[in-house]
Amino acid sequence: MISTWVWSRLPGNAWIKTALVVVALLALTMLLFEVVFPWVSPLLPFQEQTVEG
Amino acid sequence: MRDSPPRRHGFSPLAIAGEILIAAGVLLLLYVGWQLFYTDLQAGREQTALLEGLSWTAPDVVGSATDDSGDNAFAVIPDELKEREAAPPGMEEPDYASTFGAMHVPRWGADYTSPISQGVTRRDVLDKLGIGHYPGTAMPGDTGNFAIAGHRTSYGKPFTDVDTLQVDDALIVQTEDHWYVYTVTDWEIVRPTDVDVIAPVPPGASENGRYITLTTCHPRYSAAQRWIVHGELDYWAPTGHGYPSEMVEAIT
Repeated sequence: MISTWVWSRLPGNAWIKTALVVVALLALTMLLFEVVFPWVSPLLPFQEQTVEG
Repeated sequence: MRDSPPRRHGFSPLAIAGEILIAAGVLLLLYVGWQLFYTDLQAGREQTALLEGLSWTAPDVVGSATDDSGDNAFAVIPDELKEREAAPPGMEEPDYASTFGAMHVPRWGADYTSPISQGVTRRDVLDKLGIGHYPGTAMPGDTGNFAIAGHRTSYGKPFTDVDTLQVDDALIVQTEDHWYVYTVTDWEIVRPTDVDVIAPVPPGASENGRYITLTTCHPRYSAAQRWIVHGELDYWAPTGHGYPSEMVEAIT
C-alpha cells in the first residue's frame, strides 16, 4: 500500500506525521488550484463563451 | 520497530490500483470544486479590485451626492448632452488585455458593474479580467458591432443573468470619456461556430447601425451552444455630467 509505505517513511511520532501529511496535502492543493487547474481548464471543452469559425 | 507495521507482506497490486483510483476521484472532485466555486471567488475579487483601480469609474459610478433633504441624489445626464444623431468621437482599440470600459446593466442590479478588457482569450482575459472585447470588432459607439464575451458560470460570471434580459433593457458601457447607452433588441441561441452574430451587421439587422453583441455559453455549465444578445445604440454622452437616467432609475 502506498499510503502505509509513505506513513512508515515519515519521521517522528503520529502527531508529527499527521502534521506533515496535512501540510503536504495543503501545498499540493494550492499547487493544483493556482497552477495546474488554471492551465488545464482552457484545454477542456466545458467553459467556452466565444463564437469562433 | 516502526509504529505501524504493514499488515500484509509486500505490495498488493490490487490495493495500489485502489489507492490510485481513490486519489483520482479526489482529484476530480477537487477540480469541480475549484472550477465552480474557487474561480468565482478569486476572479470576482480580482475584477472588483480592477474596477476600483480605474480612477475614471469612481466619480460617476461609485460616488453619490447628497441633496438638501439628506436623501441620496444622483445627478442625471441632462437631455441636451444625450447625442443620438452625431457620431461619437470613437476610440482606438486598446492593447491586448488592457481594461478600457465598464459595463452596467440595470436589469442585473443597480450595483452591477463589470470591467471590459481587450481580447477574448480565456487565460489572459475572460478567466481573470471579466468581460472581453472581440479584437477587430467595433469599439463602443462605433458603426458596426461592439462584440463582447463573458463567462456565464464561475470566474466572476459577468453574464450569469443573461437570460433575464428583456427587449429595451439598457446595456450601458462607460469609458473614460463617454457613456454609451444601448438597448436590447433581441437574443438568440446559436452554434459555437456561428460567427455571423458578431459581424458588423448581425443577421437581420440593417446596414450602418451601431450595435452591441454579448456572447456567453449556453446551457449553463455547458459549451454546446452560445447565448447571444443583440442591442442597438440609443445615445451617447460625455462622462462627468452624471449617470444615464436608466441607471438612476435602477438605483432609486
